[in-house]
Amino acid sequence: MTHPPSGGTPPAGLLAGGPAGPPAPLPFPAGPPGQPGTPGQPPVGAAAPGGTGTPVEPPRRTAWAEGVDRLRAAATTEPGRLRLIGAVLAALVLAFGAVTAWQVSDRSAAAADVVGQSQPLSDDAASVYRSLADADTTAAAGFLSGGQWPAEIRERYETDIEVASELLVTAAANTEGSAASRRGVAELNSHLTAYTGLVEQARANNRQGLPLGGAYLRHANERMRTDLLPAARSLYEAETDRLGEDYADARSWPWAALALGVLALAALGWAQRRVYLRTNRVFNQGLLAATAACAVLLLWLAVGHGVARSGLGDSREHGAESLRVLNEARIHSLTARGDESLTLVARGARLTGNGKDFYETSYAGGMRDLVGGPGEEAAPGSLLDRAGDLADDTEGRAPVRAAVEAVRTWQDRHREARKADDNGDYDGALRQVIGDRGTTGESFDEVDSSLDRAQAHERREFRAAADGGRRAFAGLPAGAAVFALLGAAAAVLGIGRRLSEYR
Amino acid sequence: MDRRLRGWGGVAGMAVACALAAALLPAVRHEAGTGRAGPPRPPEATPARQAADEDCEDPEASLRPSGADGPAVNRIQESRQLVVGVDQNSFRWGYRDPATQDLVGFDIDLVEAIAEDILGEDYREQDKKVVYRAIPTNQRIPALQKGDVDLVVRTMTINCDRIRDVAFSTAYFEAGQQVLAPKGSGIEGFDATLAGRTVCTAAGSTGESELRKQSHGARVVTVPNQLDCLVRLQLGEVDAVVTDNALAAGQAAQDPSVELVGEPFTEEPYGVAVNLADDDLVRRVNKVLEEYRAGGADSAWREAYEKWLADDLKGIEGPPAPKYKS
Repeated sequence: MTHPPSGGTPPAGLLAGGPAGPPAPLPFPAGPPGQPGTPGQPPVGAAAPGGTGTPVEPPRRTAWAEGVDRLRAAATTEPGRLRLIGAVLAALVLAFGAVTAWQVSDRSAAAADVVGQSQPLSDDAASVYRSLADADTTAAAGFLSGGQWPAEIRERYETDIEVASELLVTAAANTEGSAASRRGVAELNSHLTAYTGLVEQARANNRQGLPLGGAYLRHANERMRTDLLPAARSLYEAETDRLGEDYADARSWPWAALALGVLALAALGWAQRRVYLRTNRVFNQGLLAATAACAVLLLWLAVGHGVARSGLGDSREHGAESLRVLNEARIHSLTARGDESLTLVARGARLTGNGKDFYETSYAGGMRDLVGGPGEEAAPGSLLDRAGDLADDTEGRAPVRAAVEAVRTWQDRHREARKADDNGDYDGALRQVIGDRGTTGESFDEVDSSLDRAQAHERREFRAAADGGRRAFAGLPAGAAVFALLGAAAAVLGIGRRLSEYR
Repeated sequence: MDRRLRGWGGVAGMAVACALAAALLPAVRHEAGTGRAGPPRPPEATPARQAADEDCEDPEASLRPSGADGPAVNRIQESRQLVVGVDQNSFRWGYRDPATQDLVGFDIDLVEAIAEDILGEDYREQDKKVVYRAIPTNQRIPALQKGDVDLVVRTMTINCDRIRDVAFSTAYFEAGQQVLAPKGSGIEGFDATLAGRTVCTAAGSTGESELRKQSHGARVVTVPNQLDCLVRLQLGEVDAVVTDNALAAGQAAQDPSVELVGEPFTEEPYGVAVNLADDDLVRRVNKVLEEYRAGGADSAWREAYEKWLADDLKGIEGPPAPKYKS
């Protein structure tokens, strides 16, 4: 059993540059039992303390312990130490490169998911949500127009249902793993079938001139409110959450890579200082090159990730978040329009707890969420106000402002229609709601198309910012591999040069 | 402009009515004890009557008919329009024909008869009109009290609770709660055949309070509107419907596979409701009803019954006999 010197500085004789062959004889003999000055300290792993007389077999040594011992043995000579330092440096630089490549690939994949998968899926879920609300609104409008639905209303309703069912199929194929969202999709599918059945019943009864048709339509609307829309909303929220997770993954700082980079640079610095102290040579070209490679890679990583992070942050804040609020606003305007029509279909057949018309109350609530109380601008905190705040340029704000104006006109016309209906002029109210000109329907269409324009703009903004962010990751994993290999090779060469001086 | 005139007219009318009421009050009191038309009904006949005050023995007794113009009738004639609160959702009673969007039904025919009497037979040509306001069930009394409508003709049951708030004409129809069930369902009426079945009724209706008292072992489902019960029945969510037979007849008319079973188990006379102050209007409506009922098998009442109700509400001999306060 050998005990290497515990001091960091080896004996002067070794520094002078002795032969690199077998280890020089140790200055101290192998630890005798009971070293002077430390009486009572039993020797580790040695024969049992004297007194018992009988020699004891030393315990079996593990491979690890053997390895450590061998390293310690190697570290007792300068060439051994140099080899060790070279190996550690190369390993650090390689680890830095590998972890950088791995962490950046991870983030780059997450960013690709944001753009290529979770945002489109969240968009799809938004479309399902919107199509369902649109179908319900369209059915109510068709109902108001009498026994025979006008062709464009029938087409719109059918398109809505088709879009919703097709997107549900896509969503079912894409809900990886999550049993909850798979169940959600299946539930939506069966609810949708039931819903379309109820609407058909409503149509059939209405064509026969039976008020029962109106009752079926109210029942269909109730299913839409209590089953379909909440389920579509949760699906949308689940997809939006996934988008949020992908964003968080893509934007999280690669701490391990950064820490390894700093560590590698520090180790390289320490190694160069050590070489300088011992040889008085200022530069070791290999180590210098390794340092440069690591520094460049670290800088690239930090700046590249910073740029990607800010690009993705932009795309999230101004794109995805805008899209979410705009979508919410569209759903609210759709359901408000549906409520407006149903007020005329139901004719007081359904009341709230305090005796107000259920649909008119729901309309008012939807409008409050959309633009807040009366006034010209959207009230602070309302959906369209938030959409306006999130739109970061004139091009994005213009359609939102147009939507607010259209909502205000809509509200004025709605009041007129209600006044007519309350005064017994049902036909007048009907003309105000689904007539030819100056109707609430016209205002609603304007709100919807303005919000559609706003969404198209925000989608472009999202794409541009997200692509900008993703480009910042481009080449970084490959670069990390190249620089790490170069850096490791340079470090080994640099140490090898010093080592060759011992031959 | 029109509205403002109407408003002032209303105020003036009320003032005159109040003054008249104050002047006539002793006389009316005096008359009250002298006699009563028709035999008194057993007090336990309907649930509403059970909750009545001691001084409400016969809520159906109305004011004697009279064709004389009073302040309320004058008000209507001057404004050239009769404003009536109606239902838009009760098939065969008051509903919008989906094909024409016109209001039609048994109640609406009665309104037309009243309008022709007050505004004149040819009122439409003279640019006078009936304004129909669709009012929900729970707004019937407030609408009259606020003066939003002159009359409410909306399958409204006369009972002791309500005669404290509004005045009623004589009864123009005798309805009652009854069970509606699919043909061949085995349900035979408001009895033990309902045990284990699910029964639907409108929230807050007489049907609901009756079922709460005695459910006959049925599970009760409530919906916002009685017609919603037929939807639930067709979807197989419920087995039977409890509502008054007038409305149940409207449901049976929309679905030939269901029918009214058993006998009505409450008595609910329908009347035209009027503001408490408009005595002259009550008398005028009663006069119209006298004429509406007159003529036996050829009466206007009979004609409307045959047109709207006879198919699904069989076994009704004629209108209920009018009862008057003196």
